[in-house]
Amino acid sequence: MKLPTLAPHQLGRVKWWEYALRFAFGGAITLVASLVAKHWGSGAGGMFLAFPAIMPASLTLVKQHDGRSSAIEDARGGRIGAVALACFALVVAATATRIAPISVLVLAAIAWLVVAVAGWLVVDGRRG
Amino acid sequence: MTAPRVPRVVRALHEARFVLGEYVLRFALGGVVVAGFSAIGELFSPKSFSGLFGAAPSVAIASIGLSFVTDGAGSVAIAARWMAVATVAMFAYASACVVLGGRARIPIWLAAVSSWLVWFAAAGGAWLLLHGSLAS
Repeated sequence: MKLPTLAPHQLGRVKWWEYALRFAFGGAITLVASLVAKHWGSGAGGMFLAFPAIMPASLTLVKQHDGRSSAIEDARGGRIGAVALACFALVVAATATRIAPISVLVLAAIAWLVVAVAGWLVVDGRRG
Repeated sequence: MTAPRVPRVVRALHEARFVLGEYVLRFALGGVVVAGFSAIGELFSPKSFSGLFGAAPSVAIASIGLSFVTDGAGSVAIAARWMAVATVAMFAYASACVVLGGRARIPIWLAAVSSWLVWFAAAGGAWLLLHGSLAS
């Protein structure tokens, strides 16, 4: 079984403007989600919380750094991430009105992490 | 003794400043959380594992955290339910990226941007299908 490894040297390869680009995309979609929620209701705004805003920037940068096949691998990881994101959302939906906001976010983040890592180990880790 | 009257223009400006402040805060918080998750993703190898962080709940954490304060827990629960619905569109989007990205003639940025159409189609379809039965 293949396990994920820490590769902190990769951080140094990312240029400051690449983080700025992700910051801008992330900020913009957060703002759009909020404006959509204000005009069309919480449900419509909620849908944009699962909008892949930074994926084009991420995939393009991965392709530049590591090649096309790595970018496709990154997108494949995004599919498992989507399943984990569903678990995050379901935990928030189930607990938002019952427990403190910080507990909601922590529980949901743990659910996301567990499902994301387990999903990756089952789907990609087995490829060895 | 009556309270001094605040001119309507002053009140409107005050409200606009508050709303603008909230939007600036949302933009900044969303940007920081997304960039932070991206940095965490860069720490790992292989790329399929890093890709998990591309679909991390970064925008959701920033948005939902603020919505608890501004809109209340009821609105957060509704938004989260629809977010769960939209993850189907997110899955379809990532699948489209894998398929289109596999075609060497299509630049990767174009594959990723045009796959947004798949997201909009899937999310729009789910909205039309469910908005009668799910509170929005």
